[in-house]
Amino acid sequence: MAVVTGTPRIQETNRVIAPGQTAGGIDDVVNTPVLVGPQRTPTWWWALFGVSMSLLLLYLVSVVHLVTTGMGIFGNNQPVSWAMPIINFVWWIGIGHAGTLISAALLLFRQPWRTSINRFAEAMTIFAVVCAGLYPILHLGRPWVFYWLMPYPNTFGMFPNFRSPLTWDMFAISTYASVSLLFWFIGLIPDLATLRDSAKSRFQKLIYGALALGWNGSAKAWQRYTRAYLLLAALSFPLVLSVHSTIAMDFAVSQVPGWNNTVMPPYFVAGAVFAGFAMVLLLAIPLRRAFGLEGLITMRHLDNAAKLLLGTGMIVVYGYGVELFYAWYSGVEFEVFMAYNRVFGADHGWAFWALILCNLVAIQPLWFRKVRQSPAALFVISIFVSIGMWLERFVIIVVSLTKDFLPSSWGNYVPTFWDWALYAGSFGLFGTLFLIFIRLLPSIATTEMKELVHHDAHHGSDAYEAIREAYYRGEVRA
Amino acid sequence: MTAAVHVQPLHGLMAEYDTPEQVLSAAEAARKAGYVRMDAYTPHPVEGLDDALGMKPTNLGFLVLGAGLFGAAAGYFLQWYSAAVFYPLNIGGRPLHDWPTYVVITFEVTVLLAAFTAGLVMLARNGLPRPYHPVFNAPGFERATRDGYFLCIEADDPRFDEAAVRTFLGGTGAGRVVEVPR
Repeated sequence: MAVVTGTPRIQETNRVIAPGQTAGGIDDVVNTPVLVGPQRTPTWWWALFGVSMSLLLLYLVSVVHLVTTGMGIFGNNQPVSWAMPIINFVWWIGIGHAGTLISAALLLFRQPWRTSINRFAEAMTIFAVVCAGLYPILHLGRPWVFYWLMPYPNTFGMFPNFRSPLTWDMFAISTYASVSLLFWFIGLIPDLATLRDSAKSRFQKLIYGALALGWNGSAKAWQRYTRAYLLLAALSFPLVLSVHSTIAMDFAVSQVPGWNNTVMPPYFVAGAVFAGFAMVLLLAIPLRRAFGLEGLITMRHLDNAAKLLLGTGMIVVYGYGVELFYAWYSGVEFEVFMAYNRVFGADHGWAFWALILCNLVAIQPLWFRKVRQSPAALFVISIFVSIGMWLERFVIIVVSLTKDFLPSSWGNYVPTFWDWALYAGSFGLFGTLFLIFIRLLPSIATTEMKELVHHDAHHGSDAYEAIREAYYRGEVRA
Repeated sequence: MTAAVHVQPLHGLMAEYDTPEQVLSAAEAARKAGYVRMDAYTPHPVEGLDDALGMKPTNLGFLVLGAGLFGAAAGYFLQWYSAAVFYPLNIGGRPLHDWPTYVVITFEVTVLLAAFTAGLVMLARNGLPRPYHPVFNAPGFERATRDGYFLCIEADDPRFDEAAVRTFLGGTGAGRVVEVPR
């Protein structure tokens, strides 16, 4: 596909993976790197694992220091009592949303391109939710009594306040984490059975065999399985929308200028998908290269993800516009000042403009097909988007809190070393989990890929594909 | 094992095919020939195979609906009972039974119970986890999770006659027909 003449279109067929795939071939490509012995683990894996483990160590040191010393190690104070821990919490959980959206929403909309990327995107979701979910707990001050958030019969005779969005949050995130884990594991079962049956060593057979739960692929089992999978997708789709809406309500239900805003839930959801697709691209681009998966995760996938990145990015930018419009149209002195301070404030005005640069300017090249077809360009744009989405939460949370109502209560916020250490460390947690995942489990859903291969063969798109390839080579003119 | 065992108990006869279309037409033929105790084993779901084998549709959806409705009721009850009856909190004089603030948690509990019912009931009805199943005794069955498609007519079928079944399966285009010891 490198030499392109004329104006060929990538969307000519419904085919999303490279031609000539077979069921066994997919197993070989995806499962071989998983099943090789530890001595044949690639060097790049060990290098990245070393970096991730070092950062994870930093995370653990930060957590121990936090628990033994207290919240004072962070820069949070009045008036900015929500700062880096909450920014990072929202940032991580937003990233997770793309995985669920790919695996659930795109399944319901019958998008065949989801199949190549859903498994590792779901893993990304779970690991991002782990990173996210730990922040509010660590932010509690006394993290060891986090279970007080849950309603359970206790000797105090007390119950949580169900009118508080923070209690909604607890339910939303724990439901999201457990349902995502279930969805991921149910999807993995047939793939684990494939690993069990192609494993060479007894140890591998035992581990993958136990995890596959004795799956034998009988027609009756598949009948129930496909129904359960569809139901899980149908339940996960509204769930993922509810989770970030609930997080948005943590802000929208309050009275802080810049937070009390009805646009928050939909705009947060769009922002989550935006950040999530950026992370999917950041993971997919090196992954397809490292494991030689270019035939399964094709340019078509990157192109589609880039289009979603652009679309959700523009929704987010619309949200920025609506926020400023609300401030002006409300006529409320505090809201107008908040908007002015956000855009032109001496302390943090730079953050707003950096955000516009990352989330509005940097994604505009995605209108061009040439950019959407360039992994390097997509990788760079995705980094911009990830930084931009972090800045967005910084602007909403910190800048709104520094100067709210009474000028005598205004203050500033400066993150401390430990704020940054815990954030850097959370990358170590994510990276370690993700590297273990790609080493020990198939990063592509092989069973679903086989269904796709069969479907492609059944509908004769191979013949169509041959014509299209010839067209690309310039042998056939339209 | 003693040498006395010469009649090995049989789980059934297993035919192996290379394509999903073959196993689909073989299943169709087996149902028409009057076999009822049979199952097919495929690496991926094959559309229509359950119908071809004469299987009833699953009622999993109704169970999930029931669990979801129960979850909604339980989630709402939890909040109403604790906030309005057991531990009433007066916050700015707002009504104790303020249903709009209960919506989110009611929804989350609904999804939680419905999703876990879908996943766990599916596993339980499929008899999983199950460490041993006779079909794994079939030679070459490793292909059932890779690129092989299998049809097994079981020995407890009322019309099961080993020689007849072997001839029948041989006539459906099977690559090979093997005995599956129990």
